[in-house]
Amino acid sequence: MGGASLKRIDCLKAIYPALEECAVVSIMGAAAAELYSLGHRANFFYLEHAMGLASSIGLGIALSQPSRKVVVIDGDGSVLMNLGGLTTLARSRPPNLVHLIFDNETLLSVGGGAPGGYRWFTTATSTGTDLAAIAEAAGFPHAQTVRALDDFEAAVLDAFNGNELSCIVAKVEAEMPKSFLMDIHMLENRFEFPRALQQPPRDRSQLRRPTRITKEEPTTIPALKSREE
Amino acid sequence: MPVSVANSQLVYDAVKGVGVRMVSALPETWLVHLIRMADEDPDMTLVRLAKEEEGVGVSAGAHFAGVKSAMLMQNHGFLQSINGIVGVSLLYKVPLLMLITDRGGFGEKDPWQTEGGKHTRPVLDALQISREDLTRPDEVEPKVAKAMTLAQSSLSPVALLLSRDLMWEEPR
Repeated sequence: MGGASLKRIDCLKAIYPALEECAVVSIMGAAAAELYSLGHRANFFYLEHAMGLASSIGLGIALSQPSRKVVVIDGDGSVLMNLGGLTTLARSRPPNLVHLIFDNETLLSVGGGAPGGYRWFTTATSTGTDLAAIAEAAGFPHAQTVRALDDFEAAVLDAFNGNELSCIVAKVEAEMPKSFLMDIHMLENRFEFPRALQQPPRDRSQLRRPTRITKEEPTTIPALKSREE
Repeated sequence: MPVSVANSQLVYDAVKGVGVRMVSALPETWLVHLIRMADEDPDMTLVRLAKEEEGVGVSAGAHFAGVKSAMLMQNHGFLQSINGIVGVSLLYKVPLLMLITDRGGFGEKDPWQTEGGKHTRPVLDALQISREDLTRPDEVEPKVAKAMTLAQSSLSPVALLLSRDLMWEEPR
């Protein structure tokens, strides 16, 4: 406990501008709500369930689009549900994937926390489990733990600029977001996300659908036709 | 090895033929040739999983990025993936092609395979996941093609059950 209390929302604010060109996969709950509160973008996908699979989705994207930077925003509770996934990431070793883990030592978003930072259902990271050490031992070429905002920002920007699979664990407060409200339906998010990732051609004339049916003859009403003649 | 190389090749060619370029898998005796074929194919990305449920996430990510994928697994791999299938594929309407080697049916000698085989179809049906059996070589290509078509049009998981008659060549 260094005393310097790091907040998830401040971390997200610090890196938000750098997320613009990335594919971002966030876990549910507090992380999703806070990212959303900073301003939703079509390249953000919020996985509202399936705890543990955010990094697997990120892996699928990273392997499919090697030229795009993929950022997974994960949490200690989710990562602990899919520790094997860290080994799959490590052996697949996509150089374009950055795995951020906000470690608040609590299952906050599924009810293990309460306003004011009160934690009544902690995870094993509260008793010494070291996720960065696990990632490193799993084979991540780069893994580190940060406890201060400056360190977090520097580590993430280094990872973004670098070209190797990275895991950055930020030890943060178990603080609730100001609001869990997200004014976007998960299916709307689900369909806009691949559209953003698959960037349709910029030439708008190619996007315009034909409005005329060329093969069909124009409709004529016999009575009117005879009057015209 | 009494696992059919010829029929594994048929399945592999059919899967590749419908545009699959990423396969996630865990080994199973009947899958050895299929996984090797994916591994040796420079056009195919093989993701070696630690646990099958990860494959549901990998396939969803690939779909979002515009790449067609498939999962290779055994009955217990499917049963292990249920939360991912419900929480990602069904909840978010994401196509998922699952090729499940169907152990535990008539002719099964391994006692430990018999429960998983018994429960695979009822669980698929409970989740309303469309399924077909692959039993004859001549039905492999059309059924794989139709399964992929349905997965993409319905935005949902579909299952092909690879049967003993197709995958195993041991004389009875």
